[in-house]
Amino acid sequence: MNPKPSEHLLHALHAHQQQHRFVSDQAICDIASRLNLPRAQVEAVTEFYSFFHRNPRGRFDLLFSTCTSCGDLSLQQALCEKLGINAGETRGDGLVSIGEASCIGMCDHGASLLINGLPLHSLDSERIGKIAELIEAETALEAWPAEWFKIDDHIHRADLLLQEPLESGAALRVVEAEGADAALEKIRFSDLRGRGGAGFSTAQKWQFCREAEGESRYVICNADEGEPGTFKDRVLLTSYADAVFEGMALCARIINAKQGYIYLRGEYRYLLESLEAALATRREVGLLGSSILGIDGFDFDIAIVVGAGAYICGEESALIESLEEKCGNPRIRPPFPVTSGYMGKPTVVNNVETLAAAAGIVIHGERWFRGAGTWQSRGTKILSVSGDCAKPGIYEYPFGITIQDILNQCGAENTQAVQIGGPSGSLIGPSKFDHHIAFEDLATGGSFMIFDSSRDLLEIIHNFTNFFAHESCGFCTPCRVGTTLLKNGMDKVCSGHGTAHDLDELKATAALVSRRSHCGLGVTAPNPIRDGLKHFPELFEARLLHQEMEPEFNLDASLEEARQLTHRDDAEAHL
Amino acid sequence: MNKTIKIDGVEIPFKEGQTIMDAALAADIYIPHLCHKPGLSPHGSCKLCTVDVNGRAASSCTMPAAEGQEIENDTPALNEVRKTITQMLFIEGNHLCPSCEKTGDCTLQAIGYHLGMLDGHFPQFYPRREVDASHPTLVLDRDRCIMCELCVRASRECDGKNVFAISGRGTKRHLIVNSPTGRLADSDIELDDLAAHICPVGAILIKDHGYEVPIGRRTFDLHSVAETDLDEVILTKARHHDEGDDSGEKEGGVYGV
Ligand SMILES: Cc1cc2nc3c(=O)[nH]c(=O)nc-3n(C[C@H](O)[C@H](O)[C@H](O)COP(=O)(O)O)c2cc1C
Ligand code: SF4
Ligand code: SF4
Ligand code: FES
Repeated sequence: MNPKPSEHLLHALHAHQQQHRFVSDQAICDIASRLNLPRAQVEAVTEFYSFFHRNPRGRFDLLFSTCTSCGDLSLQQALCEKLGINAGETRGDGLVSIGEASCIGMCDHGASLLINGLPLHSLDSERIGKIAELIEAETALEAWPAEWFKIDDHIHRADLLLQEPLESGAALRVVEAEGADAALEKIRFSDLRGRGGAGFSTAQKWQFCREAEGESRYVICNADEGEPGTFKDRVLLTSYADAVFEGMALCARIINAKQGYIYLRGEYRYLLESLEAALATRREVGLLGSSILGIDGFDFDIAIVVGAGAYICGEESALIESLEEKCGNPRIRPPFPVTSGYMGKPTVVNNVETLAAAAGIVIHGERWFRGAGTWQSRGTKILSVSGDCAKPGIYEYPFGITIQDILNQCGAENTQAVQIGGPSGSLIGPSKFDHHIAFEDLATGGSFMIFDSSRDLLEIIHNFTNFFAHESCGFCTPCRVGTTLLKNGMDKVCSGHGTAHDLDELKATAALVSRRSHCGLGVTAPNPIRDGLKHFPELFEARLLHQEMEPEFNLDASLEEARQLTHRDDAEAHL
Repeated sequence: MNKTIKIDGVEIPFKEGQTIMDAALAADIYIPHLCHKPGLSPHGSCKLCTVDVNGRAASSCTMPAAEGQEIENDTPALNEVRKTITQMLFIEGNHLCPSCEKTGDCTLQAIGYHLGMLDGHFPQFYPRREVDASHPTLVLDRDRCIMCELCVRASRECDGKNVFAISGRGTKRHLIVNSPTGRLADSDIELDDLAAHICPVGAILIKDHGYEVPIGRRTFDLHSVAETDLDEVILTKARHHDEGDDSGEKEGGVYGV
């Protein structure tokens, strides 16, 4: 990374776009020569991340979340009509543009959007009306009602991690007193496993990195939190950031790293200021910087890099590519980041929650942690509960809690299905509500989305399928082409034009994408369709056209261009 | 003692640091591949070389060979998977083989034949992609690009330049040119660069040399892709395009056969 944060390519592009509302060809050349990067790299990065635009956006730039929990595209349609524009476009006078973003992590705040990068939540048709007025009156965002932008933590159940904030520096003092080896042993005995989804042993990861050859090492906090329905890292970074920094410094001390990075998703850019302030405080009190705690040679600092709308950058090797100012394409593994990560150096990548838990374990001891959970999944898990329930928000439970218990406590009724672990996780119906949240049963990075009987579950599966087609990085053939084939297949089935043959095709494509893709995105992208066909086959079958033979493509849809050209939309112009 | 792996039951030796693909090629075993060329750094994107290693899917061009691996390669099930992946590559671009100069010399087409692919199976995507005919001696027809990045790597690793890159995400991915204008004419590519000749499909073509070898006598009319990719016959063909050019050394160095 460039020495100055403002010279990170992602930051330079963001700053430019703030001022000019898009990234022009000229800007690409200018930024490339200023940062001394190949022009093609700057162009490629600009076009990889969804928050960078190649055409001018409005002075008010709105991105509606497409998430099933924090999105509502009927409100987007309503606003478009009020402002007289089409979704995806910028109004002729340059005042406003409206588009879409994948889940923005506001799932406990109702329908939400990003306006000039800031989350605006609790949308309903009344608020949409007011928004239209404020935009037409060109009222600066600072003068909009402040409570529209106020984001609550909504912590409904706190356990080990959320009960009381850690004392700043406490974990580092324990390491100093007991030694780095003892601290690592504590984490090993605690059986802490990664909270980002995969559940890899944290102690083992740190140990591998520590033992890997290299003259420098890095700690990276993965705050990309892109899985739809997940917002627990947002809450940790809002109210428990110091515990996360403590965990990073602890890891640095154990693996001997001098530099750490927080990769913060672009959707959470609004947290940047408070995070920087908290880092500055830690520097002032000697918990970051050189000679931490006054110990000679304990030098460690943390820089924040902000992403720009790419779910794939949560995958650890894609994240590292992004930190290195490139497109977020996952790397070939092996080598793994612990031996060859950021800048080719041994690197630990951990989830926000994992780092906070590690700090707690070193302070309170491994028994504090091991005492909770199941024997294969120790400790607690912070869940982001959203969807159809009375009390969406944050629930920290010991592993082993059943789905039904969670549904009861958050006030969910008539629950048709729950999506555990987000679209990449598993979709389950009531027959599995007696199962447990645990690595050995239903694993989750934190997403817990509830759908009651009023929801069209097929549309939910359709939505998730679109999400993966939109977020596939496109590096490998099975996922690049396959996720679009799956999306097209779901388009056809949902529009009532599918046949039994289409379902067979979906199954076959899903199996291939999931088995032959390069990274976890492609491997899990077909999960919604596969779970849907397995647990809710009747939903698909009910939507089929019952005919022996049906053309491969949607005849009616392919006449659309002809209809537009002839300005017709009457019944005769449809099939 | 020699270390070995087993491919379809046949035991073959490997050296430390070799991938499964390296070991297979050295033992004259063909594993279908498109984004791989010996001598260039492995890429692992096309996934045509997918094999099952002790039951788990892996890309043989990037997977290190290791003692104890039992690898399935030339099985009906895997060739069916590869056929589907090849169909995916066909339908996501615009491939009109009969009117393409590369027909008969195209590795994508040859792999389609090799795997018994009779149609595209999936509905066509019909993407809109730009042609760049600005360069005096080269033409870039993105309709046929399969995003293998062979040209990207050849330019960087062999030509010592940085002419190509891939931009965009998902199905919007496309090849771009690293020049001030984004046009090939303003880049520093030259006719004898490896990057100008390595394209396995008809996306980078040499102007003024169309249809010199009659259809019916082209590389894959005379050889199967399995033989040529083992013997590198295709290189002779690429050189044939370079009139009066003796860049065999550079390429020989790369392929080192
Ligand atoms: C497509 C994809 C997206 C991911 N997104 C995230 C993410 O947003 N946050 C995260 O912590 N891990 C994410 N992961 C998992 C990371 O690759 C990695 O395993 C994790 O950060 C390791 O940290 P942990 O051991 O503390 O869980 C993602 C993985 C994939 C394949
Ligand atoms: S599986 Fe998808 S996201 Fe992962 S490398 Fe392949 S195209 Fe990219
Ligand atoms: S132009 Fe040819 S060599 Fe380059 S990426 Fe496309 S298909 Fe591969
Ligand atoms: S040849 Fe191995 S992935 Fe392309």
